[in-house]
Amino acid sequence: MSVIDPVAPRAAGRPKKLIANPMAKIAALPMIMTALVIFIGCSVWTVVHSFTKSKLLPSSQFVGFDQYERLWSTRRWLASVENIAIYGLVALVFSLVVGFVIAVLLDQKVRAEGAFRTIILFPYSLSFIVTGLVWQWILNPDFGIQYIVRGWGFENFTFDPLHNPDTVLAALLMAGLWQGTGLVAVILLAALRGVDEDIWKASRVDGVPAWKTYIWVVIPILRPAFVTATVLIATGIVKLYDLVVALTNGGPGIASEMPAKYVYDAMFGKQNLGQGFAASTMMLLSVLLILIPWAIFEFRGKKRG
Amino acid sequence: MVDISQTYSASRRLDGAAGARPKRRISASRIMTYGILCVICFYYILPLWVMMMTSLKGMPEVRMGNIFAPPVEITFEPWVKAWSQACTGLNCDGLSRGFWNSVKITIPSVLISIVVASVNGYALVNWKFKGSEIFFGILLFGAFIPYQVMIYPIVIILREIGLMGDVWGLVLVHTIFGMPILTLLFRNYFASLPEELFKAARVDGAGFWGIFFQVLVPMSLPIFTVAMILQVTGIWNDFLFGVIYTKPEAYPMTVQLNNIVNSVQGVKEYNVNMAATLITGLVPLTIYLLSGKLFVRGIAAGAVKG
Repeated sequence: MSVIDPVAPRAAGRPKKLIANPMAKIAALPMIMTALVIFIGCSVWTVVHSFTKSKLLPSSQFVGFDQYERLWSTRRWLASVENIAIYGLVALVFSLVVGFVIAVLLDQKVRAEGAFRTIILFPYSLSFIVTGLVWQWILNPDFGIQYIVRGWGFENFTFDPLHNPDTVLAALLMAGLWQGTGLVAVILLAALRGVDEDIWKASRVDGVPAWKTYIWVVIPILRPAFVTATVLIATGIVKLYDLVVALTNGGPGIASEMPAKYVYDAMFGKQNLGQGFAASTMMLLSVLLILIPWAIFEFRGKKRG
Repeated sequence: MVDISQTYSASRRLDGAAGARPKRRISASRIMTYGILCVICFYYILPLWVMMMTSLKGMPEVRMGNIFAPPVEITFEPWVKAWSQACTGLNCDGLSRGFWNSVKITIPSVLISIVVASVNGYALVNWKFKGSEIFFGILLFGAFIPYQVMIYPIVIILREIGLMGDVWGLVLVHTIFGMPILTLLFRNYFASLPEELFKAARVDGAGFWGIFFQVLVPMSLPIFTVAMILQVTGIWNDFLFGVIYTKPEAYPMTVQLNNIVNSVQGVKEYNVNMAATLITGLVPLTIYLLSGKLFVRGIAAGAVKG
C-alpha cells in the first residue's frame, strides 16, 4: 500500500493489522456515515424528540408520552391506522394469492411467456404518481368506467369509489395492486423455476392432481420466496404515500388518509413536529414488529442449515 | 437477511418452464390458462391504453366519448401543451421544466451513488476490516426503516451544511438511501468473482484503486448496468424526497406532474393531464422495455430493499 496513515505510526513490532488498508476504511466511510449518522442517528433523534413539546421548531422540553396520547386520540390518525390495516391486509393476501396464480400460469410452458411477463411487470417501473393519476382518470365517474357502463344501457350503474368514503380504499387497492402484483409474480416464478422437476414425475406416478401438488408440495418449498415477497410488500405498504397523494389526497374527507401522509402533513403542513415525530416513531415500531420475527425466522433457518 | 443468491440464480433460469408438464393436445385447462392470462394482461394494459388514447384526443372528443375508444381525430396538441404550456401555480412553462429538473437530479445522483456504493462493496469484499460486516448489517437493516423517521433530521443536517433546497442536497439524499441496495448488489457481485484475480493483482503490486479500476470494473459492466437501471428508475420516480428537499423551481417531474394534474384551479384538461402523465412515465418505461431481464435482476436484488 502506498498510502500512509499519518495517525498510526508504523512502530516496529506493532501488529501490521492495525494500520492495514487505510484506503478501504476511507472507501467505506460513506457506508459508516450512512449507517451511524442517518440510519441510527436520525432515527434515534426522531424517537427522542417524539417525547418533546416540539411544535414549529424541534424543542428539547420533554413531556413524556403527551404526543402519543394526543396522537392516539386524533381521529385522523386513528382513521389512518385503520386504513393502512385494511389496505395492508387485503393487498398482502391479494398480491400473494394472485401473484402465485399468475406465476403458476406462466410456468405452464405458455407461448409468448416473455411477452406476458413484460406486461405484468411494466407497471412496477412506473412512479406511484403516474399510477395514481391514471387510475384517477379511469375511475372518474363522468368519463370513466361508470360513464361507459351507463352508456351500455345500465342507467343506474354506480361505480365511483373515489368519491365514496366506504369504497375509496378499493380504488387505492386497484391502483396499488396493478402496480405491485407483477413483482410478486416474477419473484415467485423465479422460485418456481428452482423447484426440482422430479417432484412432478413423482406426483404423476402417484396420481396426485397438479393443484394438490402445488398446494401441499410446491408452496412449502417456495416458503423462502413467499417470505421475501411478504417482507417486501409489507414494508412497502407501511411507506404508502405517493399513491394516496396522487389518487385521492386522503379524501373524501379523511377516508383514505395514511400514516405516512399524517407524518408529512404534521411536519411540513401543520408545523406540528411533535405529532410528526410520534407518528413516525409508531411507523418505525410497526416495521420492527414485522422485521424482528422475520429476522429470527431467517437466523434460525441459517443456524439449522 | 434474504437469500439473494437463490433469487439470483433463479432469475437467470427464467427461461424454460419447470411446472407441471402440459398435455400435448389442446385441452380445456390449456384454454383456461391462456384465457386467464389474457384477462390479466388486459387489466394490466388497460391504463396504459387509456392514457395513450386520451392524450391523443382533443378536449371536445374527450368530453363526448368513451375513454377506451381510440381517437377519431388524432392530435398531438395535448402533448405539446403538456410539455411547454401546462401550468403549476403561476408558472405556465409546462412539464419541460420538471423534466430538466429531474434530469439534473437523476444524472448526478445515479453516478455518485453508484461510484460510492461500488467502491464500498469492493472494500467490503476484498479489504475486510474489523467491524465492516457490522456496519454493513446496520446499513441493510436501515433499508427497512420508514423514510418518515429520518426525513426531518435530514432537513436539519442539510440546512446546517447549506444544501437545503439545493439540487445537491437531494443528490446527497438519493445517494444515502441508495446505499443499502447498491452496496448489497456490488458486494454480492464482487464476492462471486474468483478471488485469485484479486490475489494475482496484489502480487503484481496493484493497490486499492489499481485493482478496482483495472481488474474489477472492466469485469463488472453487467452489474453496473443493473445498478444504473435500478437507480435511474428509482430516482426518476421519487416523489417524497423531491417534494421535501427541493424548492418549487427545482421540483422533479413527478412533483410537478402531481401539481399540474391535481391543481384545483382552472378548467381540467384531461387530455393534457394524460399526456403529461404519459411523458413522465415514458422515461422509466423505456428503460424497462429496453433492459428486459436486467431490470428483473435489479429488483430481485431489491428484494431486500423493501
